[in-house]
Amino acid sequence: MGRIWRSVKLGIKSLLLHKLRSSLTILGVVFGVAAVIMMLAVGEGAARDAQEQIAQLGATNIIYRSVKPSQDAQSQKTGGRPSRVLNYGLKYEDYDRILATVPTITKALPIREIRREVRNGPHSLEARVVGTTHDYLEFNRLTIERGRFLLPSDNEHYENYCVLAAETARTLFPFENPLRQSVKIGSDYYTVVGVTKPRGSTAAIGGSLAAQEYDKDVYIPLNTCRVRFGERILSSRAGSQEAEETQLSQITLQVAKIEEVPLTAPVIEGAVKPFHEEKKDVDMVVPYDLLEQAKRQAAIFSLVLGSIAAISLIVGGIGIMNIMLATVTERTREIGIRRALGAKRRDITQQFLIETVVLSGIGGMIGVGIGVFVPPLITQFSEIKAVVTPESVILSFGVSVLVGIVAGLYPANRAAKMDPIEALRHE
Amino acid sequence: MTVMDDFPLMDDRPGSSGAQPIVRLRDIRKQYIMGKAGGRHEAIVVHALRGVSVDFYPGEYVAIMGASGSGKSTMLNLLGCLDRPTSGKYLLGDQDVANLSDDELSEIRSRYIGFIFQAYNLIQQYTVWENIQLPLTYQGSGTITAEDDARTSELAEMVGLAERLDHRPNQLSGGQQQRVAIARSLVNDPYIILADEATGNLDSATSAEIMAMLERLNQAGKTIIMVTHEDDIAEHARRVIRMRDGQIISDAPSERMKDAPPDVVGLGLGTGLPGAALAPV
Ligand SMILES: Nc1ncnc2c1ncn2[C@@H]1O[C@H](COP(=O)(O)OP(=O)(O)OP(=O)(O)O)[C@@H](O)[C@H]1O
Ligand SMILES: [Mg+2]
Repeated sequence: MGRIWRSVKLGIKSLLLHKLRSSLTILGVVFGVAAVIMMLAVGEGAARDAQEQIAQLGATNIIYRSVKPSQDAQSQKTGGRPSRVLNYGLKYEDYDRILATVPTITKALPIREIRREVRNGPHSLEARVVGTTHDYLEFNRLTIERGRFLLPSDNEHYENYCVLAAETARTLFPFENPLRQSVKIGSDYYTVVGVTKPRGSTAAIGGSLAAQEYDKDVYIPLNTCRVRFGERILSSRAGSQEAEETQLSQITLQVAKIEEVPLTAPVIEGAVKPFHEEKKDVDMVVPYDLLEQAKRQAAIFSLVLGSIAAISLIVGGIGIMNIMLATVTERTREIGIRRALGAKRRDITQQFLIETVVLSGIGGMIGVGIGVFVPPLITQFSEIKAVVTPESVILSFGVSVLVGIVAGLYPANRAAKMDPIEALRHE
Repeated sequence: MTVMDDFPLMDDRPGSSGAQPIVRLRDIRKQYIMGKAGGRHEAIVVHALRGVSVDFYPGEYVAIMGASGSGKSTMLNLLGCLDRPTSGKYLLGDQDVANLSDDELSEIRSRYIGFIFQAYNLIQQYTVWENIQLPLTYQGSGTITAEDDARTSELAEMVGLAERLDHRPNQLSGGQQQRVAIARSLVNDPYIILADEATGNLDSATSAEIMAMLERLNQAGKTIIMVTHEDDIAEHARRVIRMRDGQIISDAPSERMKDAPPDVVGLGLGTGLPGAALAPV
């Protein structure tokens, strides 16, 4: 039997001398370790959530959106009074210019969004009408349930075709197959050529990109949209008529490889920004940058959560030190006996260190058990995503053992320094 | 640590004439200073031993007697290398122990000394078996060999506790606990057994058992030095040293050894008398 193993076994015996006390001490470490693992798991979960959402936007994409200028920017331009027709946002010429000047772009997707009532007889809904091209499907990871998506030819021929999103289809055609039926959008009729499968909405990211719902969409060819709806949109708000003039709501650009994103983004910006400097009516979103940012934020978040949990681990360590100090005082006589029987100072130090490490080690193991077991339950029964990483387990267990050693060092040294005769006399 | 790897004296025991003493104390003094020097009160110096000179030979069986506070325990602790004298010379074999480091003293205790205490001093959370083996933990590599286990069994058998190896001290009577302590003191095969009032907590019948056990050990060649208050216990020894106020006042064969020749009583006889302090080492 190895010497250390024997010491551990005998150490456990000594700890069993005060079962309640030892268990409570262990409990302190259990909570500390479990808290560290769980906090890091929540941090990791949040990080992965954010990264997944951003990845859904496409890490190789660069997105330009039209933004309605703020009241300030408007009044500046017109000298105090908002203009009657608000002209803003991306232009077709922006789109052409980008394609002409940026060679690394492999695909480009122009989008025009309008809110309109879509009707099929008695059934109607306020839908987002999206004028776009065939690439929209792939860019937004949509899949077709029935029929087909828009084709390049639909756009070329200004077809009055539309594709309905899942919920739109269900609302307008509760009982029938929508394919080849016609729906009324605005003042024109469109033939339904396809229906997309339901797709979850994306979350808003960093304030620059609103949350997107896809299931209440209607897709029509961009050219059709351009001629049918024009660029001027009238809306009545608070009793007064307002007119807005926009050409494109969004341009999504794609590069071949993720490494090209940081190089391409500034070039695109250079092609667009000078033409919108004044109105500040466009906004560039680079999911890749957001991803990097999210990773940094996640690291900070994990660090903060981990540190908070680490404090409980330190408190656990203080608990150990406290108990070991009491133990050492209580077992003074035992220390004297051991010294009389030939124990060196370092034997005594080692004995008490082993006891504390056993305490913190057991606490660490139970803590790891709880820390690994609970996060999946959290994920299952709440909205919070928690992901336990092996690193967090190793880290927290290592720290708990380290805390044990640090907490044990002082009491153990104190025990070792006792004078053997004094210790033997101790009652 | 090889302070005393060869201990030249130990092979020829018990003392045949011409053997070297195993222990030589020369003018040993021990003072305790009570209260901090420089404090409000004068520090009080307690003279626990005031110039003790005595020799012990291999195979001796010695009783140290004297009134309470006369310095018996102090002397025994010094002999056991638990403490260092304030001044004087302590030769264990050829080694001057007075100036050894704490670790070296531990090493000596672990190899050459066996302690038996009045309060048994077993470790409560350990079983009989583990208590007996405790000194082995502090010896050499600290691992316990099959040989050690065999020896432990043998010792447990010898003290009559072979059936109770898994018992805890609190499940044993005082006499049984003291027998465990005796087995424990023997497990590292020490040269000297030091017993401080080993029977002080026991009734007379149990005391007799313990004394018989020590007697057998001595007959087997172990050097035993014991402190006692009781004359009939001291009578088991062959040599009796009496102390008063930190000094040895008499050193003579016990009653039953009165007429035995000195080499039977023990060769140290006489060297510890007052005045022997002046004898050359
Ligand atoms: N650590 C100490 N500090 C101060 N004085 C001490 C200390 N140890 C012993 N003494 C003193 O030294 C003297 C001798 O003590 P010692 O314990 O050797 O006596 P003893 O002969 O063993 O007595 P008893 O028969 O009561 O055990 C006593 O006066 C005691 O008070
Ligand atoms: Mg005493």
